[in-house]
Formats: sequence, C-alpha cells, structure tokens
Amino acid sequence: MPLNIIVAAKQVLDPEMPASAFKVDRDAKKIMPPQGIPPVVNGFDENAVEAALQLREIHEGKVTVLTMGAEFALDVIKKPLSMGADELILLQDPAFINTPDSFFTATVLAAAIKKIGEYDLIICGRQASDWDSSQVSLGIAEMLGLPVITLGRKIEVGDGKVLVQRVLTDGYEVMEASLPAVVTVSNEFGEPRYPTLRGIMQATRKMPTTWTSADLGVEIPAPQLELSDLFVPERDRQCEYIEGSDEAAIGRNLALKLREAKLI
Amino acid sequence: MPPVLIIGEVTPDGDAASITGELIAAARPLADGLGVELVAALPGTSSQRAAATAITLGADKAYAVEDPFLDDPSAFDAHVAAAQKLCQEIGPSIVLFGRTITGRDVAPRLAFRLGTCAANDCVEVKLDSDQRLAALRPVFGGSALAWVRCLGDVAVVTVRAKAYEPLEADATRKGEVVNFSPGLGRDAVKSRLVERVKEDQTQGLRLEDARIVVSGGRGLGGPDPFVHLEEIAKLLGGAVGASRAACDAGWVPATLQVGLTGKTVTPDLYLTVGISGASQHMAGCAASKNIVSINKDGDANIFKEARFGAVGDWKNILPAFIEQLQELVK
Ligand SMILES: Cc1cc2nc3c(=O)[nH]c(=O)nc-3n(C[C@H](O)[C@H](O)[C@H](O)COP(=O)(O)OP(=O)(O)OC[C@H]3O[C@@H](n4cnc5c(N)ncnc54)[C@H](O)[C@@H]3O)c2cc1C
Repeated sequence: MPLNIIVAAKQVLDPEMPASAFKVDRDAKKIMPPQGIPPVVNGFDENAVEAALQLREIHEGKVTVLTMGAEFALDVIKKPLSMGADELILLQDPAFINTPDSFFTATVLAAAIKKIGEYDLIICGRQASDWDSSQVSLGIAEMLGLPVITLGRKIEVGDGKVLVQRVLTDGYEVMEASLPAVVTVSNEFGEPRYPTLRGIMQATRKMPTTWTSADLGVEIPAPQLELSDLFVPERDRQCEYIEGSDEAAIGRNLALKLREAKLI
Repeated sequence: MPPVLIIGEVTPDGDAASITGELIAAARPLADGLGVELVAALPGTSSQRAAATAITLGADKAYAVEDPFLDDPSAFDAHVAAAQKLCQEIGPSIVLFGRTITGRDVAPRLAFRLGTCAANDCVEVKLDSDQRLAALRPVFGGSALAWVRCLGDVAVVTVRAKAYEPLEADATRKGEVVNFSPGLGRDAVKSRLVERVKEDQTQGLRLEDARIVVSGGRGLGGPDPFVHLEEIAKLLGGAVGASRAACDAGWVPATLQVGLTGKTVTPDLYLTVGISGASQHMAGCAASKNIVSINKDGDANIFKEARFGAVGDWKNILPAFIEQLQELVK
C-alpha cells in the first residue's frame, strides 16, 4: 500500500553557531540573526524527512513537507526537496510569526493537514531547536484526533499500523498505533542523507506551493503563551587554567589540583 | 475558587516519586498567592499511600487517581484521559506536571485538549502582578532564558526535575485524600506498548547517580580513546558520559549522551575531554558542582563554565594525568 506521508519541518537559526555569535535584542525580545551564518532546517526535522524517505523506499507513495513561517530562505527550506521529498508546501503569511505559542503553530499546521486531506502518517522532529517546546506534534495529533508516538528511532508500517521504537533512557520500547498517526523522531533515528547533485538539480526546478492564512481558512486563535522577556543568562565562573612546562606536566598538575581542591 | 493542581507521580512500589514533592514546593506559593487550594493528583493503579504523602509534603487535598489503565509511565493516552477527567471535575486555573518521561508527553496533550498549550521544561514559576502565571524556560538549547506568560483559561506547565527542593515533610499536616476513579475505557487508548528492551548494560553506577562523571566528545577522534575515560572513571568511582557528537558517530551507545536531549547529570565533578561545550551539551551538565575540562582550544566555550581547565592535546595530557591519579588514589 503506497503511503502518503506528511513531514512538518521548520527553518531555524543555526543552533550550532558559535556562542560568540549568539546575541539577544532584549528590548525586541528577539535573537539577532548572526552575520554570515545562514539559517538551517531544524535538525530533528531532517531526521523526520529521512524517516519519511526510507518508508517511501519500502512502500512507495508520496512525501509532502509542510513548513510555516512569515519569511523563508528558499535555498535553505528547499533542502527536504533536494533530499528527495516530492512536494514542499510553504504556509507563508505575515501573521505566521515565529512564536513560542505552540497552540497557534499547531492550529495552523493542523488546518493545512486537513486541507491536504489524504495522509497515513505525519512525521515531525522531536522538537525545534529554537524554542525547544517539543509539543507542536502533540498538538497536531490532539487537534486531528490521531494517535501519537514520540521519540522514534525506528518506524515500521504494515497492516494499517505503525510500529515505533521509542527512545528510553536505558533502551527502547516498541509502541503500536493504527494509521493515520503522528510520530516524532529523534537524532537516534540516524543521520539524514546528504542531497545528491541530482536531487539538488531537481529541487531547483520544483516550485513550492504557497498557502496563506486565507487559503487555509484558519482563524487565528487567541494567544496562549506570550513571550515577556528573553535574555542570555550570566555565567560568572572564572576558569583557572592549569600550568605546566609541557602538556604531560599539565596533566600531572591537573590531577594534583583536583586533589588539592578535594574533588577526588 | 479554581484550585492549583499538581500531577505527581507514583513509583512502582506505590510511593510518591520525588517529583511530587518538587511540584508541591513549586505550587505552594502560587496557591497561597491566589488564595486557593493546592490539590495534588497521584495517578496510578494504587496510589492511596502516595496521595497521603502529598498531604505531608504540603498539598491541601490529594486525589488518588486510580485506574487499571494507569499501570505504566508510558501509558500516555490513559494518563491524558485521566488528567482531563480530573480537570473537568475540579476546574483548576493552573496545572503543574514534572518534565519527566510521562509529563513530557502528557502535559502538552492535556493542554491542547483544554484549548491551550503548555509551557515546557520550566525552571521557575511565579505569579505576575496581574495574577497570570509566568514561567522561566531555557530556549535556544540553553543559550537564552525566556519568561513566558500563560494567557489561557488554564495554565499548564512542566517543571524540570530538581528545579525545586521539596518542602520538609510534616506528618501532622491535615488534608483530605479523595479517591477518584476516572473509569477509563479501551477507547481512551490509541497506542499500545508491545515490548520494552533494556539496552544499557552498564553494571552498577548509573550515569545520573554518579558523583563523578567523565565525558568524552568528538575531540577524542574515535571509540578507542574512551578506554582512557573508563579507566579514569574506574579509578575515581565514577561513570562515563559523552557528547551527542560522540554518540551520533557510534563511538559509544546513545544512552551515554549528556545534554538537552540526553541525560541530565549533576555530579560533584564533571570532567570533559574533547568537548567544546555547546549550549545543548551544557544544558545537561551545567548544574554540576565542578566542571573540569581538557581541550586543545583555549577559547572553547566549555572553559566559560569550567572551574579548572587544561589546554592541550588529550593524547599528551591524559597519560600523565592518569598516572598521577593512580598514585594519588593508591
Ligand atoms: C536541538 C539540539 C539538541 C542537541 N542535544 C545535544 C545533547 O543532548 N547533548 C550534546 O552533547 N549535544 C547536543 N546537541 C549537539 C551540540 O550542539 C553539539 O554539536 C555537540 O555537543 C558537539 O559535541 P562535541 O563537543 O563532542 O564536538 P565539537 O563541538 O566538535 O567539539 C570537539 C572539541 O574537541 C576539541 N578537540 C579536538 N581535538 C582535540 C584533542 N586532540 N585534544 C583535546 N581536545 C580536542 C576541540 O577543540 C573541540 O572543542 C544538540 C544540538 C541540537 C541542535
């Protein structure tokens, strides 16, 4: 049975930018976009694209990527297409600002999924690396009345069911649900594939579909979570660098220092 | 008056899990500030004793929420349905969960059913001057902190473990324990547990419990150098951890990952080798009492949080360090 898979993916500031590039405009309650460091597709969402592509390889079908925002860097957000996804739908509207209010985000994404209509599986990354809220996937499931299984590291589909290996702190558990269902994946799923040259060429020719809030016919819900302050915490530790005539001496002196400080 | 509700947790032995007391400690000032009751709910198959404990820890009233479907921490569907029934019954203005295996999945789902979303993974909660709940949460992998205000009819929050110290238990405190049976049916459950597999074969000391943790990162260059870290851990009676880069590379099992999306450790000594100190890594170890780091890059971020730093190549530093350790602990 071919599978219709929807992946929700988000464009985020590069979470691995050097700490020195990370700056907050406290008055505007915004992170200042770092100079010369382009945004990226949220890492766990790339894992989700990878999961969808692997399932399509086995079952055939279609992988549709949904992304929501006010503005996009097209070359960045098209990456799932160059990885091999079939379609990219941009939910783009000046109202679709990047907010920690997951109720809003889930409402818009659920409306778009309803508009797509046909789907067997919705795969999301476990969390977005900007607000780290890890709940939009759960909101989509609740709003659409679907089962949801989080933290997948392996996904199998068969007999109208999905079987997911869920990451636990000391191993994993296998959960089962009927399709359609929502599944979130973690980095334990494995590295997402690199786009091939052919994939990149194909992606440049594919134009994303764009839906605005009017296209979705979605009513903007009353705000549920409001950002009232955003700041970088103070870190006032003073590191004492261990000295020594060479690196071996530094190693010995480090051990002696730990004893002197009664840490060992 | 709508009460403040905390959803505690019950251990397999029927005791109140430590998060229960932490949540009561977080909620007590909120309930007092609003002048309302602090209600604790303890969902499980047999939670009377845990409910009684919640009273001694500072709750005004405790619900033993008992149902055969609440037999497992991963029975998320049942936990959501039970919490929803209880909220219908008592109509709270604030609901606090722990950000635990259960709370992480259950709290947001309850929130969405109540027409709002959760403030997740909070380290502090307070009432704003307009009596709205405000919560402090690390965002951007811990690079920043955000205060968020809950504007919905009900505020749902998950509180990070160990963010609050439980209040001192007082066996003389009085409070009503109510039996509450949500009467869940099969229809509440949409996903089923098939099997559970334990992979972490570490003998003895758990990473989360160790007083000394020795963690390695990408700078180690491969799986083999981890034997040095194991040797150090053995000498000092500690456990070995790793950065996500080392886990993703397959050098060590994913169960060793420390950080935002891995384990949280709070040892007395956290020793890192070849770890740069990305905010997402620090999110899992920054509360360690002492961080000590070996890294060849003197400007690495990890040194901003370290008490002692050794700048250099671990290949030269570690052998001498281990030799000296052996002499010291002899
Ligand atoms: C949403 C999200 C969640 C994440 N969750 C986690 C998490 O839970 N845990 C986690 O760890 N990471 C997490 N990460 C990844 C994190 O951002 C970093 O990529 C990761 O921690 C880097 O690991 P590292 O320090 O080992 O590697 P690197 O950053 O590559 O650092 C390697 C260090 O080794 C040093 N080095 C190299 N060679 C030597 C040598 N010979 N001797 C001494 N030092 C040497 C280098 O100077 C460098 O500082 C997450 C990322 C995202 C986006």
